[in-house]
Amino acid sequence: MAPQSVSEVVAVLSEHGDRAKLLAGGTDIIVQLREGLREADMVVDIKKIDAVTSFKYCDENGLSLGAAVACYNLYEHPQLSKLYGALADSTHIIGGWQIQSRASVGGNLCNASPAADSIPALIALNATAVIAGPSGERSVAVEDFCTGPGRNVLENGEFLVSLQIPAQGGNCGSAYERFIPRNEMDIAVVGAGSWVKLADDGTIAEAKIGLGAVAATPLVAEAAAASLIGKEPTEENFAAAGELAKQIATPISDMRGTDEYRMHLVGVLVKRTLTTAVERAQSS
Amino acid sequence: MSASKKAHVTTTINGESTDFLCEPRHSLLEVLRDNLGLTGSKEGCNNGNCGACTVLLNGRPVDSCLVLGVEVEGAEIETVEGIACSSNLHPVQQCFLEGAALQCGICTPGFLVASKALLDKDPNASEETIRFDLSGNLCRCTGYDKIVRAVQAAGQQMSAEA
Ligand code: FES
Ligand code: FES
Repeated sequence: MAPQSVSEVVAVLSEHGDRAKLLAGGTDIIVQLREGLREADMVVDIKKIDAVTSFKYCDENGLSLGAAVACYNLYEHPQLSKLYGALADSTHIIGGWQIQSRASVGGNLCNASPAADSIPALIALNATAVIAGPSGERSVAVEDFCTGPGRNVLENGEFLVSLQIPAQGGNCGSAYERFIPRNEMDIAVVGAGSWVKLADDGTIAEAKIGLGAVAATPLVAEAAAASLIGKEPTEENFAAAGELAKQIATPISDMRGTDEYRMHLVGVLVKRTLTTAVERAQSS
Repeated sequence: MSASKKAHVTTTINGESTDFLCEPRHSLLEVLRDNLGLTGSKEGCNNGNCGACTVLLNGRPVDSCLVLGVEVEGAEIETVEGIACSSNLHPVQQCFLEGAALQCGICTPGFLVASKALLDKDPNASEETIRFDLSGNLCRCTGYDKIVRAVQAAGQQMSAEA
């Protein structure tokens, strides 16, 4: 079924609970249902609802990104891809071209994979999840949205409507990078997203760093970001932030890499994404 | 709202208005192959990894195994069957043939659809862009080099004709 409004979706979800599954881009849910990983009595296509499929930017409120907006809209958009570099970086490497035509950032968040590419980028950009439910709307910071692998804060009857991402001034920049053993089409061994705002004198005024695939949920590296405030954007300071970021990582060892290797990558990727974020801030 | 109730869907496929009935759980790939007899699109993995089922949905390449038939109401779909112009092969098809860019051929329809879409966007795409944009299409036989060269050759022809 394909309801036309947010309240209709809430009503269906309230009535059917877990037996109703939402369909946005379909790149995960269709496979999960087909392979019996999830079961449903009904699939609810939410792509007839404007608030879910549209996006809009304004200098005051930033970007309002409907939960079902497909990845390509972000990296192909001349203005948004510049303003939200970390989001453009991550959406361009989620799956291949065919997946990016359909898969959405909102879906990537709701799946709550610890290795999801867009989540560290959203965290770095200070994004908020706008959730509709039986008792109205509520907002949750993206870093608090995932509660475990594949689990999130959504309660019965609730769904993610959109993401709000703060406006980017002229002196802001962000970047996302992941490490994978192949060149493309793979799951992150580690992912890092960094955002910086530069002061007029070129020092770092504000910073935020998100990490993926190093814990049960994506993380915020608070101490690492705090260490940069008021500092010059130098390689040494970025490396020091990378060392601090390692302290909150509790990675596992699996077929993609050992915990030790993942630790090392945290340092490398934090440093690299900070470097790119600052370059982008300087040229914006 | 029983799961097996069939929906009536109207869509445009390769320029022709087309109607079909399908169950909500049927993929666009199943509809194309089983209901409409358009067997050019192939099923490789049925889970979004291989790209053998690539079609254009409103001008953008998608894995048709990851689209539900009921989702394409009112949409425009192009399949590999729509690439050639009557009996004339499209440059991308001609170059795949001439460059021996296929062996078993199961991946080829998906590669043709994605390659044409990419060349329509930029016939002079670099090797790197071609490899990146075609990373959602897997080939177990050729090792990709001949495919990439065929796409480059087709791009040259297309920009010479333009
Ligand atoms: S059959 Fe659809 S991607 Fe493999
Ligand atoms: S030619 Fe056999 S898979 Fe590509």
